[in-house]
Amino acid sequence: MTALAASRASADAGARPPLLSVSHVDKVFGRDVVALSDMNLEVGQGDFISLLGPSGCGKSTALRLIAGLSHPSSGTIRWAQERKDGDLSVVLQEPTLMPWATVAQNVFLPFRLQGRRYRAVRDEILEALKLVGLEKFQNAYPRELSGGMKMRVSIARALVTRPRLMLMDEPFAALDEITRFKLNNDILAMREKIGCTVIFVTHSVFESVFLSDRIVIMAARPGRVIRELAVAEPYPRSEAFRTSPDYAAQCRAASEALKEAMGAHDDH
Amino acid sequence: MTITEDTRLQDATTPAALPADAEELARMRRRRAEKIGQWLLPTLVVLLSLVAWDRIVVINEIPHYILPRPGLVAKTLVEDWPILFDSLLVTLQITMGALAIAVLGGVGLAVLFTQSRWIEMSFFPYAVILQVTPIVSVAPLIFIYVDSKIAGLLICAWIVAFFPILSNTTLGLRSADHNLRDLFNVYGATRWQRLRFLQLPSALPYFLGGLRIAGGLSLIGAVVAEYVAGTGGIGSGLAFRILEAGYRLNIPRMFAALLLIALTGIVIFASLSFLSHMLLRKWHESAIKRET
Ligand SMILES: Nc1ncnc2c1ncn2[C@@H]1O[C@H](COP(=O)(O)OP(=O)(O)OP(=O)(O)O)[C@@H](O)[C@H]1O
Ligand SMILES: [Mg+2]
Repeated sequence: MTALAASRASADAGARPPLLSVSHVDKVFGRDVVALSDMNLEVGQGDFISLLGPSGCGKSTALRLIAGLSHPSSGTIRWAQERKDGDLSVVLQEPTLMPWATVAQNVFLPFRLQGRRYRAVRDEILEALKLVGLEKFQNAYPRELSGGMKMRVSIARALVTRPRLMLMDEPFAALDEITRFKLNNDILAMREKIGCTVIFVTHSVFESVFLSDRIVIMAARPGRVIRELAVAEPYPRSEAFRTSPDYAAQCRAASEALKEAMGAHDDH
Repeated sequence: MTITEDTRLQDATTPAALPADAEELARMRRRRAEKIGQWLLPTLVVLLSLVAWDRIVVINEIPHYILPRPGLVAKTLVEDWPILFDSLLVTLQITMGALAIAVLGGVGLAVLFTQSRWIEMSFFPYAVILQVTPIVSVAPLIFIYVDSKIAGLLICAWIVAFFPILSNTTLGLRSADHNLRDLFNVYGATRWQRLRFLQLPSALPYFLGGLRIAGGLSLIGAVVAEYVAGTGGIGSGLAFRILEAGYRLNIPRMFAALLLIALTGIVIFASLSFLSHMLLRKWHESAIKRET
């Protein structure tokens, strides 16, 4: 059997305890922009799900709905257990740091908004900065950092509360290829340590295959899920996976699925 | 897990022993010349104008009650210092008081405006009306209704000064990064937390820009109001001294008072600029010196 096996969402997620379920979600902007139509997704604990699809297919909209930043026009999004402070974190395409605050203060933000004191969580902050390799830059200001380092700070801020679910919206799209590869490796390594569930939006087939165990392929107009692929390669994945024939085969399969997704609609 | 560091922060300077190329040398020379010129040229212009002024008065035999020589102005400034200094203090007091109220009122209103669109819709037009109505036309009314002269002066100066702070701060509070706003929402920030940790810091550069304008305006407001309030009583500021000297044809003292007002304006602007630089130098583009 090829390592890449097409499967339905429920079949795979059934193996893991559920974290969150998106059922029959529609999102309509204004009167007639259907950003998302009948989206269903069972997110299991420990999943690494990539949302892959062409521009405008509703990936960001789906993420914003899951983050609670906007509400579905119809359908429901339910957490299996009640969501607590710090259970959810997001990383956006831009690092989105507060320019007036130091690196450590930026990482402190989620705790600060929970009403906790800096002194009480200093160890967690340092730990998160160590995870992204920036403990030496605690007192630097964002403008002193390179694009890749800023993104690391953003990731540290997302990790610092040890979230159960991390949402990432094309976090590496603005970075150069070398930095992006490095961060891909690092993200997997961090997840090994923290063990959180990730939903990761990307345009890149290669990135999605390398990172995730489930790839959700979406199509535009209206935005919808058209199929799901599983990547059977076990974690931890190393640089060796990236150069293996297996990886190439899976990328090809995902590309074809994506092409199908885009062909399913005329205007691309 | 190992993470290799990005190298941007590492030292990028070349060893000092390397000879700089011709272009670099020329640029360094140009920069040094500019630095000197920045001070030297205005100083030269002032000196030349003073000499020209002096010569014109002497050659045309202009009497000192029409145009005094610069030396006489300086002499008057020293001789009348006790009177002028007291007046300066009064003007400064009004200016600073008005600026302080303008800051409180401007920032307070801006916060209210950004908390509620309805409040903004209700009151913003009046803020604009207050701003566009020339203060000289409103001031007489104020002095009729307000008994205390000091309070009247304060109100006039405040009206002139508060608008730039209000409009700049409102703009700043609004201009907080959208992504950061989303992030605050994801983390369940309260309205107060969003104001305190996101909107106010975002507004700081805008506020400081407004403050610099307001500093100059509150001086103008104080002086104009004093002209309108006219002579008499306690609390005679520099504008009063100018009026008084004008009645008595004491033109040198008029010039001396004028000089003090101008200097006050410069000092206010410079200190507010300095304050702004100190508050922003760590993070804001406007205050960061470019390396290239
Ligand atoms: N706030 C909004 N108001 C109106 N339409 C919107 C809004 N947000 C998104 N849309 C529309 O919904 C559709 C899906 O947008 P979305 O941003 O989710 O796509 P995406 O898959 O993230 O695209 P990209 O890859 O370019 O980021 C698009 O057609 C977009 O124009
Ligand atoms: Mg998007």
